[in-house]
Amino acid sequence: MMPDQLLYALEVTLNGLMAGVMYSLVALGFVLIFKASGIFNYAQGVLALFAALTLVGLQNGQIPFAHLINAALGTNLHHFGWKLPALVAIALTALVMVGLAILIEKLVLKHLVNQAPIILFMATIGLAYFLEGLGDVMWGADIKKLDVGLPQGISETVESVTDAWLGYGFFIDRLDIVATFVAILLVTALTLFSQYSKQGRALRAVADDHQAALSVGISLRFIWVLVWSIAGFVALVAGIMWGAKSGVQFSLSLIALKALPVLMLGGFTSIPGAIVGGLIIGVGEKLFEFFAGPMIGGATENWFAYVLALLFLVFRPQGLFGEKIIERV
Amino acid sequence: MFYREAGDFKTSYREDSQTFPIKFDRYRYYAVLAVAFGIIPFVINDYWANAVFVPFLIYSIAAIGLNILTGYAGQVSLGTGGFMAVGAYACYKLMTAFPDISIFIHVILAGGITAGVGVLFGLPSLRIKGFYLAVATLAAQFFLVWLFNKVPWFYNYSASGQITAPDRTVLGYFVTGAQTTATAKYLFCLVMLTLVAVVARNLTRGTVGRKWMAIRDMDIAAEIIGVNPLTTKLTAFMVSSFFIGIAGALFFAVYLGAAEVGEAFGIQKSFLILFMVIIGGLGSIFGSFAGAAFLVLLPVFLKNLLVGQLGWPTDLAAHIELMIVGGLIVVFLIAEPHGLAQLWRLAKEKLRLWPFPH
Repeated sequence: MMPDQLLYALEVTLNGLMAGVMYSLVALGFVLIFKASGIFNYAQGVLALFAALTLVGLQNGQIPFAHLINAALGTNLHHFGWKLPALVAIALTALVMVGLAILIEKLVLKHLVNQAPIILFMATIGLAYFLEGLGDVMWGADIKKLDVGLPQGISETVESVTDAWLGYGFFIDRLDIVATFVAILLVTALTLFSQYSKQGRALRAVADDHQAALSVGISLRFIWVLVWSIAGFVALVAGIMWGAKSGVQFSLSLIALKALPVLMLGGFTSIPGAIVGGLIIGVGEKLFEFFAGPMIGGATENWFAYVLALLFLVFRPQGLFGEKIIERV
Repeated sequence: MFYREAGDFKTSYREDSQTFPIKFDRYRYYAVLAVAFGIIPFVINDYWANAVFVPFLIYSIAAIGLNILTGYAGQVSLGTGGFMAVGAYACYKLMTAFPDISIFIHVILAGGITAGVGVLFGLPSLRIKGFYLAVATLAAQFFLVWLFNKVPWFYNYSASGQITAPDRTVLGYFVTGAQTTATAKYLFCLVMLTLVAVVARNLTRGTVGRKWMAIRDMDIAAEIIGVNPLTTKLTAFMVSSFFIGIAGALFFAVYLGAAEVGEAFGIQKSFLILFMVIIGGLGSIFGSFAGAAFLVLLPVFLKNLLVGQLGWPTDLAAHIELMIVGGLIVVFLIAEPHGLAQLWRLAKEKLRLWPFPH
């Protein structure tokens, strides 16, 4: 029989791992775009929020912009009066995200080629504001419940198994287990795609060297649309997971910020880094809150990730798996 | 015709190196000061002070502060909100601990304390660069806000967790508290802004500013020609935080009167001030003013238009405002990545040749 304290810590660690998977899902989208275009995409979290809002809206048959139309024309629209099955709604939302990627490329990125990274970064912040406003105007700002049929609640299997083995039932959300499998699936699919498909190779070529890729006839603009579409899809998956966990609301876009320390730990350019960074942050903040939280007032999860990343960076500025930063004059 | 150096003879070195070497600029500067000090205080009312002028003045101070760090020294910071909170809480603690000392001194001291905190969080900038640093400054933002929320000593153990500015006077006029007149608020902030702007302008023209710009343009090359990166980066953090701290203290004490840290100094504030700096123009004092004015006036204008004129519900108007602000930022970056200051520069170039462009 293990001592109680150790068991609790083990349970906290497991939950931290699960939370870390969630962070990794958002961080993945960042890494994809950063690798392919060197753009630090602040809007990734808002993309997730927008995807989740659109999904819920489509599922419930909400009329887009109903609030705006009502205010402008004095009508009283709200719903079409149908409900779409979850899979259809997800497919439609994925299409919307692709459309969004095309629009972003056409209206924003195309005009910002060769600008300084800080300018591109600011543009994505502007984009984030715009999408946040658009999502709210389109679908309304109230907190929505997202239900696509994912299992939720405590996993009895895990509880009974751990109870039988260790004499203490672990509390683990079934949704977190699903999220873990989805994340594994997503990473596998992305790896296969980038290793074996023609577009995937083009993507890696662009990530490696823009000019060399252009000179062998790879269309940069197509690659950008592609990578923003994939990032949109990853955002959709992240949006579904987070939305099912805590409802679709504004705070969803704030998880994007949590993904930043994850990236700093893992390195901006590494997909495995995003995963490992997510897990370290997830476990770290849960354990820190468990051990040190009660002593210093709790709610340490707000800042622990950032401070950890900050301290880590002082010793290894490129992150765990990032490419070594070589400076030349 | 009238905007040029020719015909404006300088007879001393002092005249030759003055802030505004062109006569027109100089007179324009005096005219702005005359209007700001001589006319506006007499016609200002509560609505204009609270909705436009006081936030504009305070945000201008913060924008100048951030512009020194980001625009001149090239260190991107997302911790502005956190540093403003340090200024606000330092000012609050000083105001309540030493009620006999003038609030003018408290605000300056609050800036000094913020400068110290800024240097502390600036230390990693010696190792971390670019985006990594931007994210690292988020640590300052979240940690500081958490600290002021969780440690009751900072808000004097008040039950609500809020800090409330006690009534304080300058030269016998109330500048904080409920009895403050619009004129007093406005003038107090204006004096602060003028001081900050003059100091900032002269710092950026001198040795310190040149060192900052050298580090910004290429840190390794700067190091080779003898610019010490340690002192240069830390002075940038120090001066920047000093101004931001003053802005935070004024924002709390004069503008809000009572503040809750997460609400008043959250991450949104950091972004707002970064937007001001970017839209106004990186590396330009004038740009800080222009950016602050733009982002203070835009919501007021939109609110008047959408809610006041069209009668739309306020929540819808708020969302549309978000869209417009975001869209405008993107449009601005595409049309003029160097900000409003660049438009101003272009206008001056044109003016110099006018009316004979060849």
